[in-house]
Amino acid sequence: MNALPCTIYISFTGALLSLAVGRRSPGLARAVALASALTAWGIALFAAFKFVPDAAGPVSLVDYPWIPQMGIRYHLAADGISLTLVVLTGLAATAGVLFSWNVEQRTGEFFAFFLALIGGVYGVFLSADAFLFFVFYEIAIVPKYFLIAIWGSTNREYGAMKLVLYSFAGSALVLAGILWAYAAGGAHSFAVADMAQAAVGFSHGQQVWMFALVFLGFAVLAGMFPFHTWAPTGHVAAPTAASMLLAGVVMKLGAYGCLRVAMPLFPVGFLFWQPMIFWLAVIGIIYAGLIALVQEDFKFVIGYSSVSHMGFVLLGLAAANVRAVSGAVLQMFSHGVIAGLLFAVVGRMVYDRTHTRKLADLRAMSLYKRLPFAATVFVLAGLASMGMPGFSGFPAELTILIGTWQTAPWAAVLAAVGVLVAAAFTLRVIQVSFFGHADTAKAAVDVAPLPPITLAEKCGALLLLGATILIGLKPDLLLELIRPALQTPYFQAVLKGGAL
Amino acid sequence: MSSSLPLLSLIVFVPWVGALVLLFAPKLGAWSVRVLALAFSLSTLALAGIALCRFDPSAAGYQFAEGHDWITSLNVHFRLGLDGLSLVLLLLTGILGPLSMLASWRQENNPRLLNLLFLLLQGAALGVFLALDFVPWFLFWELSLVPAYFLIRLWGGPGATRAAYQFVIYTIGGSAFMLLGFAALFLATGTLDFTVLSGLASSGALATKLAALGGIWPNAVFFGILLGLAVKVPLFPFHTWLPSAYAEAPTGASMFLTGVMSKMGVYGFLRILWPLFPAALHRFAPGLLWLAVGGVVFGAFAAMKQTDLKRMVAYSSVNHVSYCLLGLFAVCSLSRPSPDAATAALTGTILQMFNHGISAGALFFCVGVLEARAGGRRGIGDFGGVRTWAPLFAGLCGISMFSSIGLPGLNGFVGEFLIFRGVWGLVPWAAAVSCLGLFATAYFLLTFWQRVFHGPKAGASESRFADLTGIETATLAPLVGLMFVFGILPQLLTVLINPLVTSWVAHLALP
Amino acid sequence: MSLDYTLLFKALRPETALVVGALAVLGLDLTALRKLSNAKRLQVAAGLGALALFAAVWLACSGPHGPAFGGVLIFDRFAIATRVGVLSLTLLALGTASVNRSGRHPAEYVAVMLFAAAGFTLMAAAQQLLVGFLALELASLSLYILTGFDKARPESAEAGLKYFLFGGMAAAFLLFGFSLIYGLTGSIELPEIAGRLSTQPPGALLMVALVMVLVAFGFKAAAAPFHLWAPDVYEGAPTASASLIASASKLAGFTLFTRILWTGFYPVAGSVSAMPVSAGWIPAVAAIAGLSMLVGNFGALAQQNVRRLLAYSAIAHSGTLLLGVIATGDYGVGPLFYYAATYGIAAGGAFGVIAVVEATGTCQKITDLAGLHRRSPLLAGCLAIFILSLAGIPPLAGFFGKFSVFASALRLGGLAGPVGWLVVLAIALSALALYYYLIVLKQALVEAPAPAAGRIIVPPFAATTLAAAAVLIVLLGIRPSLILSLF
Repeated sequence: MNALPCTIYISFTGALLSLAVGRRSPGLARAVALASALTAWGIALFAAFKFVPDAAGPVSLVDYPWIPQMGIRYHLAADGISLTLVVLTGLAATAGVLFSWNVEQRTGEFFAFFLALIGGVYGVFLSADAFLFFVFYEIAIVPKYFLIAIWGSTNREYGAMKLVLYSFAGSALVLAGILWAYAAGGAHSFAVADMAQAAVGFSHGQQVWMFALVFLGFAVLAGMFPFHTWAPTGHVAAPTAASMLLAGVVMKLGAYGCLRVAMPLFPVGFLFWQPMIFWLAVIGIIYAGLIALVQEDFKFVIGYSSVSHMGFVLLGLAAANVRAVSGAVLQMFSHGVIAGLLFAVVGRMVYDRTHTRKLADLRAMSLYKRLPFAATVFVLAGLASMGMPGFSGFPAELTILIGTWQTAPWAAVLAAVGVLVAAAFTLRVIQVSFFGHADTAKAAVDVAPLPPITLAEKCGALLLLGATILIGLKPDLLLELIRPALQTPYFQAVLKGGAL
Repeated sequence: MSSSLPLLSLIVFVPWVGALVLLFAPKLGAWSVRVLALAFSLSTLALAGIALCRFDPSAAGYQFAEGHDWITSLNVHFRLGLDGLSLVLLLLTGILGPLSMLASWRQENNPRLLNLLFLLLQGAALGVFLALDFVPWFLFWELSLVPAYFLIRLWGGPGATRAAYQFVIYTIGGSAFMLLGFAALFLATGTLDFTVLSGLASSGALATKLAALGGIWPNAVFFGILLGLAVKVPLFPFHTWLPSAYAEAPTGASMFLTGVMSKMGVYGFLRILWPLFPAALHRFAPGLLWLAVGGVVFGAFAAMKQTDLKRMVAYSSVNHVSYCLLGLFAVCSLSRPSPDAATAALTGTILQMFNHGISAGALFFCVGVLEARAGGRRGIGDFGGVRTWAPLFAGLCGISMFSSIGLPGLNGFVGEFLIFRGVWGLVPWAAAVSCLGLFATAYFLLTFWQRVFHGPKAGASESRFADLTGIETATLAPLVGLMFVFGILPQLLTVLINPLVTSWVAHLALP
Repeated sequence: MSLDYTLLFKALRPETALVVGALAVLGLDLTALRKLSNAKRLQVAAGLGALALFAAVWLACSGPHGPAFGGVLIFDRFAIATRVGVLSLTLLALGTASVNRSGRHPAEYVAVMLFAAAGFTLMAAAQQLLVGFLALELASLSLYILTGFDKARPESAEAGLKYFLFGGMAAAFLLFGFSLIYGLTGSIELPEIAGRLSTQPPGALLMVALVMVLVAFGFKAAAAPFHLWAPDVYEGAPTASASLIASASKLAGFTLFTRILWTGFYPVAGSVSAMPVSAGWIPAVAAIAGLSMLVGNFGALAQQNVRRLLAYSAIAHSGTLLLGVIATGDYGVGPLFYYAATYGIAAGGAFGVIAVVEATGTCQKITDLAGLHRRSPLLAGCLAIFILSLAGIPPLAGFFGKFSVFASALRLGGLAGPVGWLVVLAIALSALALYYYLIVLKQALVEAPAPAAGRIIVPPFAATTLAAAAVLIVLLGIRPSLILSLF
């Protein structure tokens, strides 16, 4: 358990090492990256396996004074929620490295930025001090720009800039809110628990606006409607591994921030904004789904589907009871894995070989005959994305629906409509992209064999598929980590009723 | 009573094991693939036979019950159980599964994938009929869509893309609301086990707990679950996906879809909706009765209008399956139905489920034979005087048609007769109107019989029309045999379900 | 008034070292090095200059503490920290200067740089109006010369002239303001002025005096609306001079004026912590701060020239630093010093990178930095650290500087008063600023190099100073208490 902070250190060390050896040997850089990702993931899995929940709160890993003049401590702690997301990060990182095995241009730098991003993300999930949280959150921003701008595809400079500026703007809002809360609370400490304590005394107006700032800042990164427009553009522009990470893990940073910082610190403020959050979550689910239904670019469909699935996470958070929030965290994990799979197929397996993402072009290629492994993986990933039982999305959505019924039945009904829309666009994209028929009237499409799926891709895909099926069949593995964490005193102010 | 052998789990999972074997087995010839798949598929019949021997119809409750903890945080268990209703459907699946594969024996395009999908579909259907907790039940229910989709999409006719898409989306749409309904049920009661929930419902506790949701929500829960089941059956007017899907699907898939998958919907009504929401069903039964009658009449009259033979049989399926729901809704619409009439209606419903599977499966197969001989054409005007070329085929097909019409002596009669007798005693007008369906069915099936098999040789059957091959005979003959068997000796089935129906009728009084 | 000349001499040893060093450089060059090439003369001069700077640093650290010479100078922690800071920044600028092999009069350049450094260190310690003015003028005049030093380019002369004219005007304002203060209070010692001011009611004349002082402050800090000289000077001056102006001059200027305002004029400070605002010099500083942030950030968006971009960025940072000045009264000078010092390192470092690139070609437009990652990974990495620090990305020092200034400013009154709104504005604009900083980094790290651009070999002295600066930024970012614990 106390090895958990090493996930952060290993990632950053791996980044520097990869940078150093990359010039001489891309292969060595890949090896370093894989070793780093696997080791960190192994530590995370081991810690999750051995974890014993503490009813009082997160288990402290590292805690010593850092900047005493401002009450800032280097304080890392983990509870079931952090562990779930740390395991997800490790999985996404490993799969991402495997799917980036074919990066030839500036390989060392690629993995350096990649691992730096991963290190920042690990840090966010393990921080127990608001300043430290924010530092890691911002560290994760800059590598994204370079990953997209250097190795991306469509419209990469615009996509990279938009993504980074939105993320930074979101974090600016969070900074404003946190600093305000810190100053108003007497400026003693940045520890999240202490800030929550101090916030009890804030006036209603203060709570409302502090919550608005912090939640909005995090929600931008989580892709909440209507601040989601950076997500499809950015994800499409990004190279495969970056899209996997961005949609799979980085968007979860925003939701995690909402859950860990915004909601427990300002419960009164949360209650004020709760109806609006419900609306925005539901609109996000349905609207993004409808947009996905009419997209002509393969990757845009997946990009919008990510926004739609994150809407479910926000819905669960908005319902604010133990059941719904545990479903939201499970959905964070589930969607992280599924988004990774979808982007891996679209970006790495299909685009790198066919050099097109236009559905109209893919329709004519009958890819299920030429890339059967990719077709199977994509069908399974699509089923998972639809919320088909047997995959991880189903228990997550069921739990969120149960929790939402308790607070806002109307939102649950609209969410069910969202499930239908998700099925529609997922099935459409599966159908058109892989199972299209070559138009018999046109001249024969180039049926030259496509490069076979490499071992690295197969390993990555099986890893992710295995994860989603495992959690789909045994969601208790994660739910038993998540629920006790939500029943600690820290969350009680904002979560109503512990029984469910 | 549970034996040491987990019989029900074997029944459900052996076909899936077969699918895995087909997936990973090294290079196999087409013939070996088909035989292997057939063997796995026949396992269901074999194991169902064992269950049949050990089954005690008079024992109340579920037999061969199995239960394992699954998702403790949601109080979900993997529970399987068998009673008379499930046993009948088990047998139906065990029969139609292998026959669907036999019907696809000549399919040259990727037979391995084809049979793999059939095995997956069979296993999923078996799971639906045996699961007693919502999550596993829903898992099998949803997963059955996947192989069905691919079967239609990859081996279907020209309009297969749209038909398959519509089929899946409609069903998932309904299921989404069913999921929503069950989420609310879990919230109110803390369990998703069908047995526990029906216990709560019969004592009235379920309605009270749901009422805690307030406002329109308890009714919304009922309608959500109703919607999910109604789309699957299908209940008019949620049937619009069916004609295209059945018509575009390859023959074997159509047989299984009409024979087994539509029964999953009716089974859902009997196993879930009725026990859990008796009061709500009673309140809305008049409206639902209209819908069932609508399905009966509309299905038959629409079939009359068709020139495509496969679509004709598809609409006829709507008609026949609506009879099952007619029986159920008639029983529900009265607060104190007469026990005799209710017994007749319910027995008829279950028998009709089985018998329609047999006869509709046979009919689809016959149309498939016609289509295969004619190079893809299957219009009613494309054939003539087939009888002269293929007397065996004409004979077997004729028997299937008469079974579907409901000729006494064949299996189709028993179910329909009992339903009509029951409904007449409960809601006479509904029975009267439904007779229109009977007449229309007779009309179009006799027209089919006359135009295709009799009369001058025409169309595809002008020059040559080969009679049934060995495989085809092996597919059709057992079905026809069963039509005779269950037509003359319906008690072979009724003995399994009588105690069950009696106990249903005994508990009809609403709480 | 005790005039302890021994203490004074001890206290001013760093200045002495610098002057002696400057004279030594000049003398050696005039006599022994006439025949050598410009490059060699530069090497010797820079070496000697560095030696003098190291000596000055050591002497500054080991100098006496507390007031000296009857309160004319004060050597508190702020002063000593600033002295060490400006000397290190001058070292950084010297490293930048050592790259320019073709510059004429190298020894004179180094000497004037050392004089400027002497002016800065004196500004840091001044507690009397006249000494402050003297130090300021010494520094400014040196900077004017350094700006116009490149006789080969007319832009340099134009920049020098502009700087001189603006600076002269500002100096005039300052002197006039000081004279008014003397007239009103009868003293030129800051503590005594404060004492006198706390008994007097504020009148119109005092306000005029304050405004005049603030005009000079605004000029020195390159704050709007007194910023108009900055873009041209940063663009036209030789790179090392621009580096010095951006780093050491800013730090020294902020130290001097913060001391003047807080030690001398705190009774008439006023407040912007809540509404309504109470009159004093703080509201004026707040207004200047807000204006600077807006002008600086929006101006930088439009720039194609990397030096002008850095100039506008300097204007924007001045705005934030002024917020730190406002917060100094209640929360001490730690955040302000930290921010100013680390900003200086980052800005100086950025100019250093520009100088090295310029040595092998030209570096005026942003696109001249294209492909730096391939031409010199060291420079690209250092530039990334400096630019990201300017943008305020953790874990670099620039982030913590902004953070601590915002925190102390918000503690003044939360979001109830203008100071809180200014903080929110600053945070919002920093999000905007990331855009133009990323434009620079995009050229350096993403774009491919121009076909004519080849590999850059970084001279060892420059490489050492740039690397040291980068390491320092990272180190101070990770352990800010290294500096904060001094206060």
